[in-house]
Parts: sequence; C-alpha cells; structure tokens
Amino acid sequence: MLDKRMTAAEAVAQLEDGMTLGIGGWATRRKPMALVREILRSDLKDLTVVSYGGPDVGLLCAAGKVKKLVFAFVSMDQIPLEPHFRNARQAGTIEVAELDEGMFHWMLRAAAMQLPFLPTRIGIGTDLLNQQGITFKTVTSPYDDGEELIAAPALHLDAALIHTHRSDEKGNILTMSPDPFFDELFCRAADKVYASTERLVSTEDLDMRENGRFALVERARITGVVEAPYGAHPTSADPDYQLDLGHLKTYAGSAESPEAWAEYKARHIDGGEAAYLEAVGGADAINALKKPAY
Amino acid sequence: MTDCNFSLAELVITACAEAWRNDGEIMATGIGPLPRLGTALAKKTFNPLLQTTDGEVYYAEEPVPPGGRAGVVEGIGNYARVFDALWGGRRHSMVGPVQLDRFGQANISVIGDHAKPKVAMLGARGFPGNSVYHPNSFFMPNHNKRAFVEGEVDFVCMAGYNPARYLGGKPPKGLDLRIIVSNLAVMDFGGPDHQIRVISLHPGVSFDEVQDNTGFELAKIGDDIPETPAPTAEQLALIAELDPNNVREKVFKDNPPGRRG
Repeated sequence: MLDKRMTAAEAVAQLEDGMTLGIGGWATRRKPMALVREILRSDLKDLTVVSYGGPDVGLLCAAGKVKKLVFAFVSMDQIPLEPHFRNARQAGTIEVAELDEGMFHWMLRAAAMQLPFLPTRIGIGTDLLNQQGITFKTVTSPYDDGEELIAAPALHLDAALIHTHRSDEKGNILTMSPDPFFDELFCRAADKVYASTERLVSTEDLDMRENGRFALVERARITGVVEAPYGAHPTSADPDYQLDLGHLKTYAGSAESPEAWAEYKARHIDGGEAAYLEAVGGADAINALKKPAY
Repeated sequence: MTDCNFSLAELVITACAEAWRNDGEIMATGIGPLPRLGTALAKKTFNPLLQTTDGEVYYAEEPVPPGGRAGVVEGIGNYARVFDALWGGRRHSMVGPVQLDRFGQANISVIGDHAKPKVAMLGARGFPGNSVYHPNSFFMPNHNKRAFVEGEVDFVCMAGYNPARYLGGKPPKGLDLRIIVSNLAVMDFGGPDHQIRVISLHPGVSFDEVQDNTGFELAKIGDDIPETPAPTAEQLALIAELDPNNVREKVFKDNPPGRRG
C-alpha cells in the first residue's frame, strides 16, 4: 500500500543544504508555515528560496536560512512591508533575483514543461534586466514579425513545499480555497514535493468525483504528506480558517530587535507545533478568526 | 455647477475616475482607496461596463467599498486568471509608485542600490508585466521631488518612454501610459516625445508650484491650463455612497479641502 505520510521533521530531513526550495501560497495566504517553522528547528542552511513571499520568507530570513531569494514581492498585505525581509535586504545579507509576478509563474511553467525558457515581453524596459542575481537573455521571433523578446529561463526547483486542505495517505490532494495561486506549477517544477495538509482522510472521503476541480496535481508529483492542522497559521487556509492579523502584528514586532526575535523564536518556534498552536490561542481562537476585507 | 464643499480626496477621486471614461468593457484596477473609488465612480456614472473586483479574488457586480465586502459576485479573478486576462490587454490599472520619472518609469522595489538597498520596499510585483501589456495610470499623493524624481527612478519596475531602454529602437509593444493624478494637478504623457504635461491644475494651485515640486521639466497643455473639474453634487453623493466607511478622509493629512482657501 502506497503510504507517503511523514512528520514535518521527516520531510525537512529530506531537504539538503544549498537546495533551491519553492514555497507555495501567496503572501498571507495558504503558506506551508508548519513546514517552514520546522526548517527553522533544523540545521538546514544556504537555501535558495523561491516564493510569492510573505512571513515564510521573513521567518527564513530572520533565521539566517536564506542564501538567495527569488521573488516578485515579499509582503503581508495588511502589513505591506515584511520587516524581516526588509532587514535582510537592507543588511545586504541575501542575494536576490527579482522577477515580475506573472513572469515568475511563466518560469515555473518552463521548468514544468522541461523547456529551457518561455518567451515573454515582460521585463523589457525595466531594471529586471540589470541585476546581479539573474541574467535574462533575449530571443528573436523566427516568424515574420521578428520581435525581440525576453527568454524567461526555466525556474527548476529541487523541492517544493505546499499547504493543502485535504489529502489521503497516497498524496491525492485537495486545495479548496477560491484561489489556488501557483501551487500546481510549484509542484510540477520541483523534483520533490512535500505537502502539508489540514486533514488526512481516506481516498473515498476525498470525494474526487465531486471535488476533482480542487485537485491541483496528480499524486505522482507528491513525495510526502504531512498532516498539519492549522499548518498555514498565521496565514489563511480559506475556507477552513482566515489569516491572523493579530499574530502577524506580533510577528512583525519581532523584527524590531535581536532580543525581540529571540523572544518570538523561543515562544513560537523552538517548542514545536503543539506549543505554537497553544501560544497563538489554540484551535478555537483560529477557527474564530474573521475574514479580512480588502 | 457645484459650489458645495468638497475635499481634496473627493477632487482626486473624480479626477481618477476620468482615467477609465473611454475604456469600454475592461477590468479596472485602482490600487489604494482613491484610485479604487475612482473605478467605482466611473462604473456608477459614465462607464458602467467596467469590471471591478473585491480586492481579493471575485469580480463584484457592484463596486465594493474600501474595507467592505462584495454583495453579488459575477466572476472569479484568481491570480492565474488575472495574468491571463491582463496579458490579453483588457485592463487599465492605476497604481501608486514611490518614485516616478520623466519617462513614466515607476519604482516600488528599492531606494538606493538594488544589491544592498537603503530602503527595501515591496519588490517589482506585477509592474513590469502590467507596463507592457495594458494601459496604466498613476496616483501620486505627495507631489514633490522625492516622488517625481530627477534622472531615473532607483529601480525601474515599470517600463516608460525611455529610448535608452528600448529593444530594437521601438517603445515596448503594449506600453500605454495614460494619466497621472497628484495632490496638485493632473498630467498626461502628451508633450513632445511623450513628455509629461500638466493638463489641469487643482483649484488654487499654480503651474509654478507644480513645476517647483517636480524633479524634471513639465510641459503644459496650453498657456491657460484648465482647473481640474470639481466634483458635481451628484458625484459627491455617489462618492459618499461608495465609501460609507469614509476611508477617503484618511488619505491626506487633515483631509484638506479641494479648493484652497
């Protein structure tokens, strides 16, 4: 029987120093935070992190896990500037490759299709073409138009982390929020994919005939499944629960000084996930979070 | 005619709305409360065909007040769909960059050196793609030389009419910069070689004041620059309806009047 269940620690143990690691979700929405916190509890280092960034990137920066960041933004929406990312950038401690949001998924798609690049106009006329962390070359259309385009290089991932709503033990996953973001492409661009999930259920209970449109990717792409209830907190896993703006503010405050970070880390990271959930108020508090208005 | 009182924010909303007047049936995106209320006002008056979102993932049948929730939704705009739509060109955004230069190049990424910035902001977000795929306008709440910079912006996130950056000697296909609404004036790119040009001055503002607060030379639409049209009584009533939480009052410090006293 195919059984891909593992603990967060077992998943993180399969990652290696220096890997290029994709992280699914978007800013404050459906980030695999339990897996990210587990990376903070590990010795893993020198990561190239690829993310539509939110507190996932901030935590990894704060903990010194990031060698290079591939990103289009890092933001917590209601708190627009991610303070740990900001500290790392302004200290010059991380290398960066800055992309456009759309070009970003185009580059994941190239990797997913096993192509060297996909053509685009995005980047023309901008400083994306003038940065140290990535080199964009151009390609000329072979057709009559002869247009000169950017050849957006494939963005291959050694591993990807995503957070899902439901999974069976074989890695058949359901992502039920109204916006799946680009988790499918993160999965397809990666050699290995570790999916945390709100709830492990039987294959029958996935009710794929009804829910098939929420299944982003076939199970052959999924390496490991980690049951992690509230594993996206403090980001949202809509419709199961909403983002925790109160906690995001607490987290943002931890960027104010090394002491504040040490205190946050001791209280919210070092004790493990059960202690984390207790520290943020437990299941009832998370279930009671109100949907934010934009 | 209107002699009623209106705030600078309400004047700006009315001026922003004009960006979408002749766009027909497209997606209108206004980043920040005043451009967003501009899309709402345009949709409720002269361009009811506009599609607007709840700011998260759904297209809403009626404009959603800033900080409010959508009623009936009419479509889904998850991010993959948004990129598919914008790459087809049927969108007009109004955005608020931190820096804008004489070419219309815009920056929201960093102040200072990209490798080790003095100030790290958001990152380029969707600016590079937006700028070469659909029309864009700007809202600049603080018209000064830190916002309208001399030389080029520190990191060009959005392409502009800068020949030195063109590929093959031509402006990027799809580049279409429309208007700039600031707290002092409304501008467009209609001067010689797309030079930024003042097309209206907010009531009580002089051209010299605008020029003195701009890091590059501005063109004028004519010797007599018109006044930015004041919101009508009907528009003011609609704005109040579209912004029941009065978010517009908090955009400018002390919520100044639209007509300087």
